[in-house]
Amino acid sequence: MASVFSGAPPQSGPGYSFKQTPTEAPSGTRQHGFYPYTDNGGSTLGISGADFTILAGDTRHTSGYNINTRYAPKLFKIGGEGPDNKGASIVLSVVGFAADGEALKERLDTIVKMYKYQHGKPMSVAACAQRLSHILYGKRFFPYYVHAILGGLDEEGRGALYSYDPVGSYEREQCRAAGAAASLIMPFLDNQVNFKNQYVPDSGSGHELQEKPRTPLDQNHVLELVRDAFTSAVERHIEVGDGLQVMIIKKEGIMEAFHPLKQD
Amino acid sequence: MNHLPQAWGRPRDDVYGAYDQSHFQMGGPNQHTQSPIVTGTSVVAAKFKDGIVIAADNLASYGSLARFTDVKRLRKFNDQVVVGFGGDVSDMQYLDRLLNSLDIRENYGSDGTPLNAKNLHTYLSKVMYKRRSDFNPLWNHLLIAGLDGEDKPFLASADLLGTTFSAPTLATGFGAHLAQPILRRSIPDEAAVPNVSREEAVLLVKEAMKVLFYRDARSMDKYSIAVVTKDGVELKQDEKLESQSWAFAEGIRGYGTQVN
Repeated sequence: MASVFSGAPPQSGPGYSFKQTPTEAPSGTRQHGFYPYTDNGGSTLGISGADFTILAGDTRHTSGYNINTRYAPKLFKIGGEGPDNKGASIVLSVVGFAADGEALKERLDTIVKMYKYQHGKPMSVAACAQRLSHILYGKRFFPYYVHAILGGLDEEGRGALYSYDPVGSYEREQCRAAGAAASLIMPFLDNQVNFKNQYVPDSGSGHELQEKPRTPLDQNHVLELVRDAFTSAVERHIEVGDGLQVMIIKKEGIMEAFHPLKQD
Repeated sequence: MNHLPQAWGRPRDDVYGAYDQSHFQMGGPNQHTQSPIVTGTSVVAAKFKDGIVIAADNLASYGSLARFTDVKRLRKFNDQVVVGFGGDVSDMQYLDRLLNSLDIRENYGSDGTPLNAKNLHTYLSKVMYKRRSDFNPLWNHLLIAGLDGEDKPFLASADLLGTTFSAPTLATGFGAHLAQPILRRSIPDEAAVPNVSREEAVLLVKEAMKVLFYRDARSMDKYSIAVVTKDGVELKQDEKLESQSWAFAEGIRGYGTQVN
């Protein structure tokens, strides 16, 4: 009797009614599972200076070879007042799986706002940075699939920049690139921000060579570096492009700018 | 071409090795929705000067079988929001019931402002993200079309992973490949939207539906189309594709009677 129903609709999904379809029993079981992550491409970058922090991210949002939209911001103001985060002084950038990034931003933003209601003072970047690490680690076994960068000003008014891995390891740094084109941008930053492989001319040879001393970079110069980094990344990475969203955090507040990038 | 129909559209064995038939195995354990069963294909939508056009055909497929030919995949939520559903039809029907109960809750004895498209998109994307986080996804790709809090056109998408994005033109499924380039040619960015009239937008979306019918094997020539403006929702559910021309097919190898 069972053979009568062998051509009945399969339980695991639509099949084909042709006699020859399942030629032989497959070796081993295979479940067509649900994979809860995707990569929405894009790249972000942050550089901290003497009295400012710059964060930037492209606005392309992709799925595979498709461009979903040309404008999806990856930079979010954290804290401040209301849905527009008025008066905020911390910025979070997330790149990777955009839905997780959105959820992460929402959680951190709520926490920072609640902190202000409860303590009557805005949260410091250092505290916010550690809290973000704990949020990420709290989902250690089902991680937020994002590379986060947090920027602000520390208690002395210097630029502060923290970068994270998806499970919450974090570190304060001078500069960091994340996302699809991180491997293209980071070496450029090492060379231009931390002067890696740059030496004082005629200072000797071999071990005698003097490294070029690191000096705090001026804001306009850093902005130039950021824009150069992205225009170059757009040339060589298909998931990066369309627009560049930049946020400059200073003690006067957050300045936001948008620059077009190539759409190809 | 191979004379075995089940080999069509699959990687050639002599080039790519034997096809892994285990995808088609029957039985075995099955807890949550691990794959969609009865499915709807693309949804396409475009913004114009003072509103949104959205369209989807009326077909629900069971694999390659055109199973239900009168399934309405556009749902009017209220006078300013329409939701378009692609993907699993039973999950669509679940979401439909969910939206019904939401609507009743929202309107029960209150005279507050109705939920707008932006509100509904936030709600639906959180439902989708919650379900994916529970490993029990709703196998849909939704387009939410309507007006935002300032009565401006709003168009955004939410999918089974909880991914969200917004653009002046959107298309799900096959439409993302076939329709979106056509839509973007006319409406490349947000700045172009104020120059697009209602008539142009409707024509554009109908053209996209026609291209999809030509090339998407799981599509149909009967479709629903909705226009959302400040004056309300105008939803037509029994439209027929007009002025089809199959002349192009003659020039394509394998499209007509001559196969090789």
